[in-house]
Amino acid sequence: MAKLQSTLPNMLLALTIICVGAGAILAGVNILTAEPIAASKAEALQNAIKEVTPPFDNNPTAEAWKAVTSDGDSLTIYPARQDGNMVGVAVESNTKKGFSGEIRVIVGFDNDGNIINYNVLQHSETPGLGSKMEEWFRTDKNRQSIIGRSLASGNLTVASDGGDVDAITASTISSRAFLDAINRAYSAYQGTDASTGATSPN
Amino acid sequence: MEYILIFIAAVFVNNVVLAQFLGICPFLGVSKKVETAVGMSAAVTFVLTIATIVTFLIQTYILDAFGLGFMQTISFILVIASLVQMVEIILKKVSTALYQALGVFLPLITTNCCILGVAILVIQKEYNLLQTVVYAISTAIGFALALIIFAGIREQLALTRVPEGMKGTPIALVTAGLLAMAFMGFSGIV
Amino acid sequence: MSNIKILLNGIIKENPVFVLLLGMCPTLGTTSSAINGLSMGLATMFVLVCSNVVISALKSLIPDQVRIPAFIVVIATFVTVVQMCMEAYVPALYASLGLFIPLIVVNCIVLGRAEAFAAKNRIVPSIADGIGIGLGFTLALALLGATRELLGTGRLFGLTLMPEEYGSLIFVLAPGAFIALGYLIALVNKLR
Repeated sequence: MAKLQSTLPNMLLALTIICVGAGAILAGVNILTAEPIAASKAEALQNAIKEVTPPFDNNPTAEAWKAVTSDGDSLTIYPARQDGNMVGVAVESNTKKGFSGEIRVIVGFDNDGNIINYNVLQHSETPGLGSKMEEWFRTDKNRQSIIGRSLASGNLTVASDGGDVDAITASTISSRAFLDAINRAYSAYQGTDASTGATSPN
Repeated sequence: MEYILIFIAAVFVNNVVLAQFLGICPFLGVSKKVETAVGMSAAVTFVLTIATIVTFLIQTYILDAFGLGFMQTISFILVIASLVQMVEIILKKVSTALYQALGVFLPLITTNCCILGVAILVIQKEYNLLQTVVYAISTAIGFALALIIFAGIREQLALTRVPEGMKGTPIALVTAGLLAMAFMGFSGIV
Repeated sequence: MSNIKILLNGIIKENPVFVLLLGMCPTLGTTSSAINGLSMGLATMFVLVCSNVVISALKSLIPDQVRIPAFIVVIATFVTVVQMCMEAYVPALYASLGLFIPLIVVNCIVLGRAEAFAAKNRIVPSIADGIGIGLGFTLALALLGATRELLGTGRLFGLTLMPEEYGSLIFVLAPGAFIALGYLIALVNKLR
């Protein structure tokens, strides 16, 4: 086939056809993948909730509500119910006090306000240092685990700020930020003022 | 205050080249002389700022408004490519001096991934228009800073004796690594 | 030139990363572990092969003066397809490669091969070229990723090979990427 000449109608025609074709392919793939994308996101959230709450038989994402924290932000709370009785909640929290960028966590509380478990959803802390938060605060060693602790008597703070949680070695800023996210979650859950705690989160 | 934080974070802490690895090609390619590095930096600053504003408006008023999010990559790159062409034509007409200074770098900018990268990043970070402008300019300044410092080092490096196998790109990469290490010292200040 | 030769040419003689020094941004940005490097390489290879095929098939329909925008549209289409499929089926990987998936569009390798090879050759050799260059890129990224993961964390593809304490964290961080790549290129120069 002879090569098309670079005349204006030819150029416009060729580009238009290619763009329309590209748009059609993308629209098609978009429709095909929209459902799996939504499903995989919902599944990831569902799994994260399961990990931090007692066994439940309701659909926490359908019953979720927004609660206001002491600093005026609002966080999403997912209730976990077994046979209609509240067994705990999962709170999706975040903080901007991290070393680099936002940290998003999901943390579960039982009915007495004790921490059941947590899961770091997203962070961009330094790999190998701040990133250890994914495991550090649930490892039962010295005073580093926050599992089972209650925030009723005040916010959690790292040892160097006068608190009783051991910070990640060489990552005090990341540890502080992590605890800030947990404290904010509790504050939203309680609907009370976190800054009235015994020590300031900073 | 918020804008100062965006500025410091983009220039020093998350430097576009040394921490985010965007725009490495021009960083290695046009850093042999300080003079060309300055020209390239100016061209990138110019295009990056305009391109980010235009793509931001397209995302907000066309893609989001009509639910065409899946056309993001394709429309952004076309906008950037045609913008570069337009800037080239306008510069040629308006200012010969500026065109001579920046002209040779303009065609190279289309495939500079920091332009498309920043355009997508501001959407991901959900910035508003003013934050977008500040972020784009700061990123460009960060790029310029890294490129010009690096060019200065490479001018000196050309005069030193380097082991045979390390000549050229390898030693430049190791130098860039040391520079990145220096920039790591800024982390945590915001 | 036979198709096998075209294929090997891309892997060794014209290795995009170690010899042609193209596509440095994803090379440095996505190789914090071997598996990330490998996946990024494969995603790029998919785009490269597909865009080579389409451009080779359409080459006589595209007028010369608008060939670059036409190529870019074709490449961007496949990149978006990869992006959406990864988000749907491997969300974890999609999250860790992040920004660098859409940035395949501006990877000089893809546009470079479209212009230098696919626009001048027939479909079958274009496929061979796409696979060859793609494999060369994948290999380089996996090698750099493996080096950084091993030196940085003592692991390889997630398997612990030596205690983590022996690893030097700097190799997982940004400076380590530059330094490891610098030494790998020097090594390849020496071996060639």
